[in-house]
Amino acid sequence: MGDNQVRPPYASYKSWFDGQEPGRLAKKSKEAEAFFRRTGITFNVYGQVAAEERLIPFDLVPRIISGREWTKLSRGIEQRVRAINAFLHDIYNRQEILRAGRIPVDLIARNVAFLPQMMGFSPPGGVYTHIVGTDIVRTGEDDFFVLEDNARTPSGVSYMLENRETMLQMFPELFSRIKVQPVSDYPKNLRRSLAASAPKSCGGKPVIAVLTPGIYNSAYYEHSFLADQMGAELVEGHDLRVVDGHVAMRTTRGYKQIDVLYRRVDDEYLDPLTFNPNSMLGVPGIMDVYRAGNITIANAPGTGVADDKAVYSYVPDIIEFYTGEKAILKNVETFRCGEPDSLKYVLDNLAELVVKEVHGSGGYGMLVGPAASKKELADFADKLRARPSNYIAQPTLSLSTVPIMVKKGLAPRHVDLRPYVLVSPDGIDITPGGLTRVALTEGSLVVNSSQGGGTKDTWVLED
Amino acid sequence: MLGKTAGGLFWMFRFLERAENTARLVEAGFRIALTRSTDASSEWESVATTAGVATRYREKHGSFTASDVIDYLLRDKDNPSSVYSVTKSARDNARLVRTALTAEVWAAVNDSWMTIQDLLKRPVKETELPRLLDSIRQQSAIVRGALHGTMLRNDIYDFARIGTFIERADNTARIIDVKYYSLLPSSSFVGSSLDNVQWETILRSVSAHRAFRWLDEDEMTAAGVARFLILDRRLPRSLVFSVATTLENLNYLAEEYGERHACHDHAEQMLQKLKERDISSIFDEGLHEFITKFIQDNYTLGQLIERDYKFYG
Repeated sequence: MGDNQVRPPYASYKSWFDGQEPGRLAKKSKEAEAFFRRTGITFNVYGQVAAEERLIPFDLVPRIISGREWTKLSRGIEQRVRAINAFLHDIYNRQEILRAGRIPVDLIARNVAFLPQMMGFSPPGGVYTHIVGTDIVRTGEDDFFVLEDNARTPSGVSYMLENRETMLQMFPELFSRIKVQPVSDYPKNLRRSLAASAPKSCGGKPVIAVLTPGIYNSAYYEHSFLADQMGAELVEGHDLRVVDGHVAMRTTRGYKQIDVLYRRVDDEYLDPLTFNPNSMLGVPGIMDVYRAGNITIANAPGTGVADDKAVYSYVPDIIEFYTGEKAILKNVETFRCGEPDSLKYVLDNLAELVVKEVHGSGGYGMLVGPAASKKELADFADKLRARPSNYIAQPTLSLSTVPIMVKKGLAPRHVDLRPYVLVSPDGIDITPGGLTRVALTEGSLVVNSSQGGGTKDTWVLED
Repeated sequence: MLGKTAGGLFWMFRFLERAENTARLVEAGFRIALTRSTDASSEWESVATTAGVATRYREKHGSFTASDVIDYLLRDKDNPSSVYSVTKSARDNARLVRTALTAEVWAAVNDSWMTIQDLLKRPVKETELPRLLDSIRQQSAIVRGALHGTMLRNDIYDFARIGTFIERADNTARIIDVKYYSLLPSSSFVGSSLDNVQWETILRSVSAHRAFRWLDEDEMTAAGVARFLILDRRLPRSLVFSVATTLENLNYLAEEYGERHACHDHAEQMLQKLKERDISSIFDEGLHEFITKFIQDNYTLGQLIERDYKFYG
């Protein structure tokens, strides 16, 4: 749809917007920034001075999705998440999908995220990915594509909640005029979902804790926010220890058992006795406790095997294999550079493609062909030839745009969307909304906050 | 509560208290330098000594000038006790224990950090100093107000208070320690104007010069000032008040947790020692010895609390 037409879900908002004095909105924009800074909603940038905290730019214009669009989207996401959990259980147990030859054995055998320690083990309630943040883009009416499945420890949900909170404070009149589905139940649902995933051995009310790498981690604000909102303790590795076969936290009154650990620490650092021996962020012996069924780790270790960018290209097959259904949401066409024909195509068409590292995230180490200089293209081609199987490539989609506030009024920018999905033995819950990330530079396709992207409130209408 | 959280609260409030006390020390020093024709350099040296940073200061600066000492105490990032550094440390600890704080307390600490960062961006001009010190004290009043007005009276509050009063006791004791010679009745300067200057500095350093006059019970004598700072339960910065408040909060913890520790006995003995003394017996023992022992006891109390409540692994 053209940039000058108003899409139907935006109609009421647009009529409100047109009635606003331009000066008022600019002032509100400053107020929002002060609010974020005062509340300390910041992130740390890696490679910068440790103490430097930055704000993610916030755009006042909400991204609006109709209830009908959302219903389709959430059905598609639920199908995907269900299939991914079935896939993980299969990979770590009978490996039917490999035996059936539906995906190459190498995809798993040579996958650094695959953890042999998880073989033959089923996590409490059979849930692997308790929290998922599926990255989605759209190219047109009803044309949604999944970009990434983020089945490890997706971040950003605190922005979904704080963005809404900010909008409610600044424009209460908008919410009485337009019926927007609430997102504020997320922390309560997260708590309930984690509690429902507690190990069987846990009698009574499960004790939940959030494991953070500490105050210098880029997402520390989110870790403390979620712990606070759930009423759970926020712990670091050095607060924890294995006591009598359980993981316990050091309190002012001695050690207290933990039943569910929502960890925001990568697999590699989780247990120095099992993984990286130099890790100071984890808990020595937690994997033994886990395998003995005495703690739930969310997300389960080893889930990364389902969300690298090479496995991604097989997700439609994975969905078909486990659900017998066609994928509702499309995948972006993906060239696996490890395959000679694909590599040739990618090298020949580098200037038109986006190339990503198989295990990369955060927008680091990627090439956006159309935006790259000749030298950048040549340098990247060398990297590709040196380690082809480390990369995948995708066409640049003609992403749809949404309006943002600029000095002269509204202007179109590219966005993506990350809805948050909770999985427990009781079912799958998707919060109506999510994190909309926006590329603030005109024409840019990179939305990552570490690369200068911003965020917006995301509205799902009650229609 | 996590042991780490208890430790974070304890240190957060120690640092906030230290920021305020350092600002007050600078204010007293500045005031004396302006109004009295004493040897300013030795006055600033004693300010730095009271703040416990004289040795480090000497490594960086040759002599004790007003502008260097003021800059070192307020702005210097190399000085871990500067107002800048302790406000940052307080805020880092607040981030660490954020789930234990109300939104109001967190916002107040965060605001205070942003304000002080801004105030101390450039070297402080003499003309701006009074207003700046005023702002620093105001910031700490806002944090304290948020603490009193919004926090539950539970173990979180107790650890915050304990940190505040251990730091305060240490600070007042240091002031007395550095100036003890001027408080000795045997001092040959008795009654001289030099004595009055020193006493005024001391009283101003704990914001008590006006209170002292209002209470009007002691004449402005060495023993009167010493008694006020050490033994007067009405003065919120006296040693006895600080120890009593620490003990009170330790006792709330014992009640809530149903468990007493070595720190309780130790704090009780400290309070007992202060209560059973009068100022002349302290002078008989030796003021310097008495204060040195007090600083040591107070330090030990902090160590015991840290151990008994499992701040670290």
